[in-house]
Amino acid sequence: MKKMTILSGKGGTGKTTLTASFAVLSSDAVFADCDVDASNLHLLLKPEVKETQEFRGLKLAVIDPNMCTRCGLCEEKCRFGAVSDFQVDPIHCEGCGVCVRVCPVGAIDFVERVCGHAYISETRYGPMSHARLTPGMENSGKLVTLVRQNAKQLAEERERGLVLVDGPPGIGCPVIASLADIDCGLVVVEPTLSGIHDLKRALQLLEHFGVEPMVCINKCDLNEENTQAVRLYCEGEGIDLVGMIPFDPSVTRAMVAGEPVVEYDRASPASKSIEEAWRNVEALLELD
Amino acid sequence: MIVAVASGKGGTGKTSVAVNLALSLGGAQLLDCDVEEPNAHILLRPQLHGESPVELLVPRILEDRCDHCGECSRFCQFNALFVVGETAMVFPELCHSCGGCSIVCPREAIVEEPREIGRILRGSAGDIDLVYGEINVGEPLSVPVIAAVKREARGEGTIILDAPPGSACPVVETVHGADFCILVTEPTPFGLHDLQVAVEVVRGLGVPMGVVVNFAGIGDMGVYEFCEGEGISVLMEIPFDRGIAELYSRGIPFVDEMPKWRQRFRELADRIEEAVAE
Repeated sequence: MKKMTILSGKGGTGKTTLTASFAVLSSDAVFADCDVDASNLHLLLKPEVKETQEFRGLKLAVIDPNMCTRCGLCEEKCRFGAVSDFQVDPIHCEGCGVCVRVCPVGAIDFVERVCGHAYISETRYGPMSHARLTPGMENSGKLVTLVRQNAKQLAEERERGLVLVDGPPGIGCPVIASLADIDCGLVVVEPTLSGIHDLKRALQLLEHFGVEPMVCINKCDLNEENTQAVRLYCEGEGIDLVGMIPFDPSVTRAMVAGEPVVEYDRASPASKSIEEAWRNVEALLELD
Repeated sequence: MIVAVASGKGGTGKTSVAVNLALSLGGAQLLDCDVEEPNAHILLRPQLHGESPVELLVPRILEDRCDHCGECSRFCQFNALFVVGETAMVFPELCHSCGGCSIVCPREAIVEEPREIGRILRGSAGDIDLVYGEINVGEPLSVPVIAAVKREARGEGTIILDAPPGSACPVVETVHGADFCILVTEPTPFGLHDLQVAVEVVRGLGVPMGVVVNFAGIGDMGVYEFCEGEGISVLMEIPFDRGIAELYSRGIPFVDEMPKWRQRFRELADRIEEAVAE
């Protein structure tokens, strides 16, 4: 089984557009949306949820005012500034448990909190693992791990040869969680100075975790000079440039129609380039 | 006045709005809180005049004192300590620096030492004061770096916070305590979905908000219908314009080349000030 994460560093470069089209073009894959706090893949793949799992993140400290002696030790020991006026602010509580431990009269309860839900679903293109983090919650990395593990398990059960992961933006905790146990990271970049800056950090992250990199340029005709710079950079680093997708209004039209672009308009310039990118990915991953 | 610029969906133009707003107002302080992928400095090309590390205190186990009782690893909610047999290990990247392990250790075998997870850079571009954070590649915890950027906020004038994308803890850390939050979105189903999530976060924080629609003209009307239904003002629209996109690709803030937009950003600031005054 091969596992690939589509990531970008910078947000909004076309990760989900590409993942959804790859989902259509693949015949042997399981899909995972690891962008659990701003997930979009379900808007195109329209999954039918078969199973829902409650996700419990870190616990929350709650002070019982009837037992509290107002000694202030919890506030003194909390490094997150979450305790004031003998109350815990749920926004700042990291769920470390220090206050619970130091309270001399046992007035602080440590309660579970449901931070989101994970889903196992079916789509027209294959099985899908996804989730929704309750807005504003911590620890999306742990939920990402659950989604990724669910996808791997689905692939094993259904004997599918590829796990295709739509990753979150950035390079922090949820992105790192979406790269664990992954063979290949495909970075989608737009030819802008910000895009190139963020591409380099994303590639450094892949190298740091020993994940094989690939690059795809989206809206490659927006700035020919920058596109050339990305191409040369990849050549110099020995990184496979698998695709060059031109700016194409049919991508947005497909999104409004709620369909992957290769299905919405197979003859469009973007669709043709995405098909070519997919063939390159298939060859590099040695998929049958 | 502290104004956060957030979005939910990435790539909708947060940094563009934050930078162009700062340039139009003059004399603002811009804090780039997207410490995983900071971009404001690419558009502003600041002259840097200071840098400091962001450090977290993480445990070190004193082997000669440790009797491998495992109390620390049972206590740690973040799985940053692991004790098995005669071995005690620390996974510093997982440590949230709560200090709990050193409190619970019965043999005083844990000391805390600073570990660098990122850095803060300070600079200026014209009359704009820019501070941005950068998390070290491979480090998962961005919140402490964001908190360090926010500690650089000066006490007066306009402070603009450029938030990271998403709706999880890094966004909460950035927007918390702001006087107003601009949510930048695009008029597409993706933009709408992530705007809905972002609105929930900002509401939860009790911060007043308004929407800027970027790439206006592409997509559909869903974002506008949502804003109307929720009573959220659309404060400004920036049309989809290949010229603006090309300027952005070259790292040029569009108010520099299209000066009529300066006035529009100043009007945006006026509307925000009115909303905050209410």
